[in-house]
Amino acid sequence: MAIPATTVEQLVDWEVPEQQIGLWSDALQRFRRNRLAIAGAVLIAVLVLIAFGSPLLVHLGIIQDPIKQHVEFIESSPGQNGFAIGSDELGRDTFARLLFGSRVSLAVGILVQAIILPIGLAIGLAAGYFGGRIDNLLMRFTDIWYAFPDLLFVLVVVSVFGPSLLTIFGAIALVNWVGLARLVRGQVLSIKEKEFIEAARSSGSPPLKLILKHLLPNSLGPIIVTLTFGIPNAIFLEAVLSFLGVGIQPPTPTWGQMVFDGYEAIYANPTSVVFPALAIGFTLLAFTFVGDGLRDALDPRMRR
Amino acid sequence: MAVIAGRPARGALLPPQLRALTGTRSGALAIFVVRRILWMVPIVFFVIVITFTLMHLAPGSPWDKGGGRQLSDTVVNNLNIRYGLNKPVFTPWFDFSTGHFIPFRWDDQFKLYIWNVAHFDFGLSYQYQGKTVSTLLLESWPYTATIGVLAFLLIIPIGVGLGVVAALRQNTRIDYITMGFATIAASFPNFVIGALMVVAFSVLAYRATGGNFYLPAAGFAMDDSLIMPVVTLALLPIAYTARLTRASTLETIRQDFVRTAWAKGLPERLVVVRHVLKNSLIPVVTTLGPTFAFLVTGSVIVETVFAIPGIGRAFVVAIESRDYPMILGTTILFSLVVAIANLVVDVLYVFIDPRVRLT
Repeated sequence: MAIPATTVEQLVDWEVPEQQIGLWSDALQRFRRNRLAIAGAVLIAVLVLIAFGSPLLVHLGIIQDPIKQHVEFIESSPGQNGFAIGSDELGRDTFARLLFGSRVSLAVGILVQAIILPIGLAIGLAAGYFGGRIDNLLMRFTDIWYAFPDLLFVLVVVSVFGPSLLTIFGAIALVNWVGLARLVRGQVLSIKEKEFIEAARSSGSPPLKLILKHLLPNSLGPIIVTLTFGIPNAIFLEAVLSFLGVGIQPPTPTWGQMVFDGYEAIYANPTSVVFPALAIGFTLLAFTFVGDGLRDALDPRMRR
Repeated sequence: MAVIAGRPARGALLPPQLRALTGTRSGALAIFVVRRILWMVPIVFFVIVITFTLMHLAPGSPWDKGGGRQLSDTVVNNLNIRYGLNKPVFTPWFDFSTGHFIPFRWDDQFKLYIWNVAHFDFGLSYQYQGKTVSTLLLESWPYTATIGVLAFLLIIPIGVGLGVVAALRQNTRIDYITMGFATIAASFPNFVIGALMVVAFSVLAYRATGGNFYLPAAGFAMDDSLIMPVVTLALLPIAYTARLTRASTLETIRQDFVRTAWAKGLPERLVVVRHVLKNSLIPVVTTLGPTFAFLVTGSVIVETVFAIPGIGRAFVVAIESRDYPMILGTTILFSLVVAIANLVVDVLYVFIDPRVRLT
């Protein structure tokens, strides 16, 4: 039965966008509409500013030196002795330490992702694309890996090699790349059977071009989301290490260590625990919101 | 189900007597369980290899004292003999410099350790002279188990309950409050939650009520001192379970069979329990394995926050004092627990969801 073209146009409400919207600008639009994600992004931007700006603030004399001890004013409560939110057990300004603590947390969160990105990409792409022995090896390896709770492994590695910045970053990266590699592998496996890949291959694309031009860009969304969720995970691991006393060593201020130190005198001065604890919590929350927002924005199935 | 690894096609590698078993479901299940149990052996073996190698890569000896006076050479020598550290760590099979095979020997440290572990002997602790790792683990596991079991009992009803309620009242205030709580509980680390609870319920409550009402911040007894550790440990898994249950319930209530159940006039309770819950719980069961991993790592943190002498605390103390046999023993125990939990979950899954293929 032939339907006249005019009837179809009347039946179906063709909503033709005046301008073609690409995946990325569309994702950006949807991300912008997500209020929680924007709030998280703003908080992260503020944290980045604080992380870069805190040494300048000390230089300008706006905040105190986070390492300087005022032994006569230990465990001050907020507002007392000129400490905005109190001082710790060595008489150091909690507010200044709180601002400086953002540096370690953000550095761990972001640098760890920078370390695992190339590793996870390379192994995941190789396993997914070439399959066979590399794939088998990776999967057996991850099976064993998942029997090991993350935190235990990081603790063991840090205890063996000592709590330097390098070992802590390395140990956290070591437990995190596996998840990324598995994700990339899964993405590649599902994409490589699609028609457009077949078309590219049959028109003579070499494997490298196929990977870089087709497989990688098409699995970018989930990779970005995984990396975003990896940031709070890395920050959490570093904070726990510090809290357990095997993290980055004093006097470098880190939030986990501030909770650990404040915890010893929690009855005398609970604020020295509350502020760093909330700082960790809200930072992780901000990254979770941004991660949720990115996931919803980058998933084409969520498009309405 | 994409759980186990390394299997050839159904029945391909089995001896002919067993191959007939794959035809029936119970036979296939038996083979599946046995295969999963056997698969745990290499997992635990590699956990031992990795941890053991790491321990022996550590610079210095366990008898080094941080600063100050060191032990004399004679004492170190005697300690090494006592703890078997005078033997070679590994013996290679082949000597590349001479081009000869090295005669096999049983008494290097690694093989002795594996041999002892196979007999449930985890060696002597370095930090507590004369105590075996097994004694220490046996002393501390009741604390960890009590808190872990109590937390586990909370996770399923509360997590599933919150998730189902949020899904049935989607986009109402109840939904937003529940999911807001779950998001916060899932992103705040448990030591942060524990510390904040101590501030609220121990310190501030003590000050506000003049010492009449407060929760103890440390210690372990069968009373209110258990409340905060158990809640701290259970909060994160509860949040995950609630989020997952909500998502899977939302998916289920849009299915045709649920509409049919409503249409034929079943009361709400029956629709929810018999049709919705039964189906939406399937993905929740799969996360019970990771939940055990949560509880294991959680115990390390919670026992430190609340000063409970359980296995998690013992692990941290062993890490701080580089008590290698203790670290090894705890790691093996933890990975065994997680592996067994995963096995149980996979088997449970087969019973709950008849659609699962046993491969």
